[in-house]
Amino acid sequence: MTDNSYARPGAQVHLGVFFQGVNHTTIWSDPSSGSQIDFETFRRVALTAERGLFDAFFLGEGLRLREQEGKILDLDIVGRPDAITQLAALAGITRHIGLVATQNTTYNEPADLARRLSGLDLLSGGRAGWNAVTTDNAWTGENFRRGGFLDHADRYERAGQFLDTARAIWDAWADGAVATRTDAPSWATPDGVREVSRRTSQFDVTITPTLPRSGQGHPVIFQAGDSPAGRDFAAAHTDVIFSRHGTHFDAALAFAEDIRARVRRAGRPEDDVKILPGTQIVLAENASEVEEKVRWVLEGQYTGQTALSLVGQVWGRDLSDRDPDGPLPEFDPVPAPISVTRGAARDGKDPLAIAREWRALAEAQNLSLRQVAIATTQRSGFAGTPGQVADELTRWVRSGATDGFNISPYLVPTGLDEIVDLLVPELQERGSYRTEYEGSTLREHLGLRPALSRREVESRQAVG
Amino acid sequence: MSLVLGIELDGEGAHPEAWRRAAHTPDRLLTGRTVADRVAAAENAGFTFASFDDSLLPPGAGGGPVGRIDAVNRAAFVAATTSTIGLVPVVGTTYAEPFHTSSQLATLDYASRGRGGWIAARDTDPRVASALGRAEVTAPADLAQEERDAITVVRDLWDSWEDDAVIRDYATGRFLDRDRVHYLDFQGETYSVKGPAIVPRPPQGQLVVFGRAGDTDPSLVDVVLVSGPTVEDTVEAAVRAKAGGAVLVFAELDVALGASTPAQPSGRVSFAGGATGLVDLLRTLDAHVDGVRLHPAVVDEDLPVLARFVVPALLRAGIAHRPVPGSTLRGTLGLDRPVTRFQAERLEHSSR
Repeated sequence: MTDNSYARPGAQVHLGVFFQGVNHTTIWSDPSSGSQIDFETFRRVALTAERGLFDAFFLGEGLRLREQEGKILDLDIVGRPDAITQLAALAGITRHIGLVATQNTTYNEPADLARRLSGLDLLSGGRAGWNAVTTDNAWTGENFRRGGFLDHADRYERAGQFLDTARAIWDAWADGAVATRTDAPSWATPDGVREVSRRTSQFDVTITPTLPRSGQGHPVIFQAGDSPAGRDFAAAHTDVIFSRHGTHFDAALAFAEDIRARVRRAGRPEDDVKILPGTQIVLAENASEVEEKVRWVLEGQYTGQTALSLVGQVWGRDLSDRDPDGPLPEFDPVPAPISVTRGAARDGKDPLAIAREWRALAEAQNLSLRQVAIATTQRSGFAGTPGQVADELTRWVRSGATDGFNISPYLVPTGLDEIVDLLVPELQERGSYRTEYEGSTLREHLGLRPALSRREVESRQAVG
Repeated sequence: MSLVLGIELDGEGAHPEAWRRAAHTPDRLLTGRTVADRVAAAENAGFTFASFDDSLLPPGAGGGPVGRIDAVNRAAFVAATTSTIGLVPVVGTTYAEPFHTSSQLATLDYASRGRGGWIAARDTDPRVASALGRAEVTAPADLAQEERDAITVVRDLWDSWEDDAVIRDYATGRFLDRDRVHYLDFQGETYSVKGPAIVPRPPQGQLVVFGRAGDTDPSLVDVVLVSGPTVEDTVEAAVRAKAGGAVLVFAELDVALGASTPAQPSGRVSFAGGATGLVDLLRTLDAHVDGVRLHPAVVDEDLPVLARFVVPALLRAGIAHRPVPGSTLRGTLGLDRPVTRFQAERLEHSSR
């Protein structure tokens, strides 16, 4: 595979910031690490990202605190705001940056979620995005009226129907349905607002929606699943994929080509779906400082306790009496019927198989338990001088491996400052990053096509 | 005790034709600018809180506005651009997921630095059930049950993190003291909720919860809203609410100042006239209630008169007080910041 299979010489790097509300990514032990919940922290990060001309500020969603061995996991950062509510508050103090909320299609209803997302979209002047995630997890369902009602196989079916229903709700108002004069015959034109009625395997919805389309039509749809079903779902329904493929260039390019093929098969232009992998960026002035800083970041993220906890999640038992700088356990994992760590990414995978892989890796590279935890669970990222990283990000985007990156700062709230102060100017010098916001909506920032309403599509077809 | 002044800012006002007298064109109602300008005007005037009505259903009929941004979003949008005014959205208790409600309101409280409130309101229209694909809840006893459970769960979720649950203990690597974060194990008649919350305990501990007299069990809320067609009825309702155990009682009042005419009968006392007459009426009510919530007939006509004449007169007379920057809504209302239910239980348990 060559770098030039999908060359885009003038392509621009798109940047987002993903505020990690939970996990060990953020180095909370550092004295400069601030509150994870005070609004001031979010304000600071969002305003820094906007100063750096980022496309979007992302928030995750939490629906249950993670557990390990039946107890609340106490090593990670936990506690996060409701995403849409927090982004509405940030909409009031920002002017340009997109505001993307992760929201579950399983423990929400389309009539309510579509309305809250379009409320955010209208209040922000067309800057809202929705990172649609699915779960089938009955354990999460224990916090909801509906409980654990969804089979694993049904989650994308529900998600697809959910998006379809949400779009129908967003498209229910004709453009110009609301009067522009106070002496108009009525506030809305009589046929300007359609009732939406949907009866599917997952939904039975009848509603007269209460909101018009926003300046960008409707919120931009993001999706983060990576299974074949998830990729097909993204190709059919979404505007942006928030991928994990941000570590190895060849793998990222292969992923992008796979997505483009699926998008074409879904009957859409292949650039209709943008790809923004999550990433971490470490910057320093020279090679030895880069190496030292990467080590400092990893040690802050992977304390001995965290490494033991991560490995303990696979082994299915408490390993806290072991030495994190010693070897992996000599005994085999307990193959639990369900994962002992609820809410973890590896939920559902075979622990014996993971243990075999990890042992092979430890043997081949002579790694300690902690080093294995780092090697196998570390988030993807870039490290170098600002110039080196700018070159690399530009190469990835201009080769079609990604359209940009979602940066998770390892320090909150100050971690984004050096990205904006040092990396962004280097990207701008290379001509691969905007020097001002050209548009006003998130859709425009991302270079997406306008979101046509169903009415527009119908009238175009009628004319054609 | 002084008279707490609240104002309802939903839509263009309580009068169905209010949209014709708005200061902007109809298509500007559903914008951040309109929300922000009005809340800023209410804050500058000296109001203690602004409320935002809500429902999943279109708000208007008969040619009026049928559009509405959800109340929590509107309240949150102005949270960081205001500094003293309380922000009190309506969130339904019949169908909404209490876990989401709790997270949304706690987040509002963080963004406003402790100025959040909640009007817990029943969804009595079965069309809400149709919109959500849920079974209709219509019997009064069932609506009451859902409301009781919803308020209980939301409040317990706010209490589920003790205030000092985040410990950042470097030596043991623990961010959290898991013994200070609690499962609810709530088991109601129609659903259960495990807990704990995702959002740590909000700045006020508990947001100020409002309920309506006759509907809501006063022991579950901080403020009971009373109304009646006349002043006498309203005062009687306030007396009943106090006798029933209400902590604070606020009277609902329609107001039409200046040129606007009063709204259609709403079950609330309706005042139409000049600023002086309204000040006199509020002086009268001050003897019987802890606060009022004013429903302007036309927000863009009545709010300026309230701001220029009515509120200043009440402030000068010492009947009302401007909230102090940095105060929480609970503090402004004279309510304590409660100890969490779970902390109280834990301390009681450990002292045995």
